[in-house]
Amino acid sequence: MKVTGVGHAIPPTGDTAPVLMALAGQPNVGKSTLFNLLTGLNQHVGNWPGKTVERKEGTFTFNGRVYRLVDLPGTYSLTANSAEEVIAREFIIRERPDVVVAMVDAAILERSLYLVAELLCLSAPVVVGLNMIDVARQEGMEIEPDVLAAALGVPVVPMVATKNQGVRELLETVDRLVSGAIPYAPKTPRIRADHREVLERIGELVAGYVPEPYPPDWVAMKLLEGDRAVTAMMQESMGDRWEAVHDVLRAHDDALVAVAGGRYEWIGRMVRAAVTRPRAGQIGLTERLDRWATHPLWGLLLLTVILGLTFWLTYAIGAPLQDLLDTYLVGGLAALVGGWLSGAPTWLHGLVVDGVIGGAGSVLTFLPILVIFFAVMGMLEDIGYMARAAYVMDSFMHLMGLHGKSFLPLFLGFGCNVPAVLGTRVIESRRARLLTIILSPLIPCTARMAVVAFLAPAFFGSAATLVSWGLVLLSLLVLALSGVLINKTMFRGRRAAFIMELPLYHLPNWRTIGLLVWQRSLAFIRKAGTLILVVSVVIWALSTLPYGEIETSFLARIGRWLEPVGRPLGFDWRLMVALLTSFIAKENSIATLGVLFGSGEDVGLADTLARTFPMPTGLAFLVVQMLFIPCVATVAAIRQETGGWRWTLFSLGLLMLISWGVGWLAFRLLMLLSL
Amino acid sequence: MKGFPTRQPPAAQAATTEQIVPLSALNTGEHGVVVELLGGRGVLGRMTSLGFTPGAEVTVLQNYGHGPLIARVRDVRVALGRGEASKIQVRR
Repeated sequence: MKVTGVGHAIPPTGDTAPVLMALAGQPNVGKSTLFNLLTGLNQHVGNWPGKTVERKEGTFTFNGRVYRLVDLPGTYSLTANSAEEVIAREFIIRERPDVVVAMVDAAILERSLYLVAELLCLSAPVVVGLNMIDVARQEGMEIEPDVLAAALGVPVVPMVATKNQGVRELLETVDRLVSGAIPYAPKTPRIRADHREVLERIGELVAGYVPEPYPPDWVAMKLLEGDRAVTAMMQESMGDRWEAVHDVLRAHDDALVAVAGGRYEWIGRMVRAAVTRPRAGQIGLTERLDRWATHPLWGLLLLTVILGLTFWLTYAIGAPLQDLLDTYLVGGLAALVGGWLSGAPTWLHGLVVDGVIGGAGSVLTFLPILVIFFAVMGMLEDIGYMARAAYVMDSFMHLMGLHGKSFLPLFLGFGCNVPAVLGTRVIESRRARLLTIILSPLIPCTARMAVVAFLAPAFFGSAATLVSWGLVLLSLLVLALSGVLINKTMFRGRRAAFIMELPLYHLPNWRTIGLLVWQRSLAFIRKAGTLILVVSVVIWALSTLPYGEIETSFLARIGRWLEPVGRPLGFDWRLMVALLTSFIAKENSIATLGVLFGSGEDVGLADTLARTFPMPTGLAFLVVQMLFIPCVATVAAIRQETGGWRWTLFSLGLLMLISWGVGWLAFRLLMLLSL
Repeated sequence: MKGFPTRQPPAAQAATTEQIVPLSALNTGEHGVVVELLGGRGVLGRMTSLGFTPGAEVTVLQNYGHGPLIARVRDVRVALGRGEASKIQVRR
């Protein structure tokens, strides 16, 4: 194997340059377990540049050598079908890691070696971590790692990452490979005989045009597979000469299946040598559990129970914790700082206590709910249930151009929109993920429902429950219609293919889940926290300046200025201001109305509102409130997950339009009815 | 690009015991061998990397005749939408 370029020189022991080690593997092979085991809290989670795919990196020391470990996204192959696949291969080709540890699942050896078959064609040295040999043994399989290693020409280390078995041996092997103590001579899979000639032909045509540092053989193979990214790259690099390649490719547009088939044939030969006892045909635990979990009726029932438990947990633990944090931590801090600032000017007191501490408090009080949701989501994903939930809900989500995986995040939105948006990470397809993020603010969260619960009785008396349910149904209807419309227009009806592995069930790994909760919560506080704080302070300032009262504040002026927009729905400036303040937190609109209608008591406010505004305006306000732009925390989450302002602003604009449109319709309809 | 699979006329079905049908036509518990994959590059890429290639043995683990189905291929359980399953041609 020829290794070119700088940065690949292997540092001698004791050298300060860390060894760059990449961790590759298909989803569900225990990659993150190994990553967490090696790096512990010594890890950093961010995004890949320009992508919304999570990038995990960490360091550790072994045998006096410092390693920089990069966790590549879990992918089934290295063909440019998704952002993850492009990231993984670009990293290996461009960053030239000193070693790639490829994790494979021993219990599904053939399928897991597919990625290895692709990795071996790239220039970075590969060590195979043969994980979950305990599961394979349970299923009656016996694998000889040495034979597999000889067949592949790369080191193979048997291991059980969850039990910390074989990890030391893996690192020792890596150490010896990196220091050159063991030779590296991989056997690479060959293409199926009937396509060998055409591959050679393409190789000849592209020779001399392949940009550094891409391996020419690999490029020829990817062209034959019809890889979009590589095709675009070569088209640009070859200019006029591309035509010849294009002609060859067009005559072989079935080559993708042949290439993949060839890889599996090759894998089959490797595996046949190494597996001394094949899997016994017994019915495993997973199959037995799946008879229930994926059943069209029992599966739905199970899902309902699990979701019910999640919400119960949230309300039983999350809500009281939220109150405690709010009263003692935020309240206590406010009192403490307020005491220090007693001599300071009023504006400073207000800014620090109401603006900054209030804003930071709203970030903090989100935490209990977030932690619970992250933990539940993480656990369901870790034990393997998430894929079943997606399967059970697929038909239903189909209607919106989404598939099953979007269901759980959306459902979480009933608790709080923030985890819903963050939870969309389980969706692989970028398009489906984007659509789910855009739709999630339309799920009525608990805070919105609290406003409805307060205002609906004021306007509708005994019909309040009916109206509340109607509003929830309306939200879901708007969500479904928006889903269909956005899908039909912007995404042109294309729907990501629903093909998904149902992994084996296994016991939860608390370490993995714990680290996931920790990382996600930290990322939220770090990224979203700042935005929430800034917006809270700005809105607070607008609502107090210049005279310290909301009635005469800049916010009130903005409300008056916006009044014409609200007039078709019967809104006056005070309702507009209430909507504006609901941007910090949905329940704020009640507090604002309380101040603006000069009644501190909630009881009085409901009556005052009902006397001030006719029923159609009341309904329109409730409708707008349900469909309006989400709170700043959700907006921050949307920005974090879509990777910028573009889709965030699109989403906000859309919601503004929808809420006003539907609100106006509700207003007109009720006006007609009451005539 | 290839078109959608066409069903064989009933007479042909009666004549041969070995027939080529879409995966979605297999009942729960039935086996088949993949013969051909239809569809665009993106879907094909996902299908092949998950183990569906010509010659691969497939067992349908769950098929209620509507909605998605579950199949086992290369020792892995894979859930597929009905549309995706109809693009995998198998020999019963």
